[in-house]
Amino acid sequence: MTLRSKGRWINWFGLLLLAGVYVRAIAFTPVEASQGGAQKIFYLHVPAAWSTMLAMGLVGLASILYLLMKDERFDRFAACSAEVGTAFACVMLTTGPLWARPVWGTWWTWDARLTLTLFLFFLFVGYQLLRGAVAEPGARARYSAVLGIFGLLLLPFIHLSVYLFRTLHPQPIVLKPSAPSLPGAMLVTLLYGFATFTVLYVGFVVQRYAIATEDAHVG
Amino acid sequence: MGELLRDAWVVARKDLALELRTRVGLISAVVFTALVLTVFNFGRDPTAVGVLDLAPSILWVTFTFAGMLSLNRAFQLELENQALEGLLISPIDRRSLYLGKLAANLVFVGLVEAVGLPLFALFFNVPVWDILAPLAAVIAVATIGFVAVGTLFSALVIRVRFAELMLPVLLLPFLIPPLVGAVQVTSRLFSHRPLSEVEGWLKLLLAYDLVFVSLASLLFPTTVDE
Repeated sequence: MTLRSKGRWINWFGLLLLAGVYVRAIAFTPVEASQGGAQKIFYLHVPAAWSTMLAMGLVGLASILYLLMKDERFDRFAACSAEVGTAFACVMLTTGPLWARPVWGTWWTWDARLTLTLFLFFLFVGYQLLRGAVAEPGARARYSAVLGIFGLLLLPFIHLSVYLFRTLHPQPIVLKPSAPSLPGAMLVTLLYGFATFTVLYVGFVVQRYAIATEDAHVG
Repeated sequence: MGELLRDAWVVARKDLALELRTRVGLISAVVFTALVLTVFNFGRDPTAVGVLDLAPSILWVTFTFAGMLSLNRAFQLELENQALEGLLISPIDRRSLYLGKLAANLVFVGLVEAVGLPLFALFFNVPVWDILAPLAAVIAVATIGFVAVGTLFSALVIRVRFAELMLPVLLLPFLIPPLVGAVQVTSRLFSHRPLSEVEGWLKLLLAYDLVFVSLASLLFPTTVDE
């Protein structure tokens, strides 16, 4: 089986899982007391945010590996991960305001996490603009690797600087020192969402990587 | 280490000599700064917004814009007659090249800020004299941070199409931490609050300088490597 069809199979599987997330979120989780139905978007929004962060982290990691080993496969992977990350960032940035409007009363606010994710999106876009603007493959790989590493290090700073402002965003409920404060059915759905979006990330990257490899052999 | 800094100084001196002899870049940047400050004056409703509320943002948006425009020239001037190749084959460490460019950019942006600050105080009637020392320190710390990243990025975009546009697009996200920190500290200074209130921001600014100056000098050799 070619890499491309492997990616396609992973994606079909991921989409099937995604349908399951909708079913679980709509039919098998309780309605949250204060936020009502709007809270249901959480099962898509938070996993999408997770995949975005994962994508950025792996762009940074692949960039470091590229500079160390000068293997073009790392560069190709970083490019694919950035593209897929942009898509997940779009999901995150559209589902967030849809939830915020009824719950916070505003589409957008300059809260710590919102600002962070917006800059994550801008970083992804800048990264791809840079890649598009450099024609020579060696220079493109080098430049984008440098930018990828810078981007990875920028995130903690943006997070800290916006954290020093007061935050409106719901605080962590799963990954925190004490036990997750989420009813069982909600937690299971959320974790299932995480798994689904990770599968989708892998599927998208595999398929995109296969196309990029074919491109490299043709051109 | 001594040699590294000595070579860096040679590179910086070359850039500054070039700049001070033509003065076109410097004068344009100063005029640009004055113009942005003027534009800001008309961009607010003086009856609705107090000038002190807006002053820190005006100061920092002006400085970052002026800084960003100045950064383009650092490596752009090496494109003529393949001067960059000459620099790269000269027997100096690539890190010296970066540190020299960084120093020259800092002097350049520092001069622009040295003219911009009195103009800002004059135009907006902000009393800066009694807080001059801490204000200058904050300006220096924040400027080092964004010029460090900007110097590396200007080397990154040098051979890129639309370099003038690409540099701000790549650099602006990186200006956020120093910009936010500087605005916070500046506004506390203007309202004569104790600096202990902004300890977190000061630490953030210093950490940013440390991390990005080190990272940029580490990655610069790979960036310019042919």
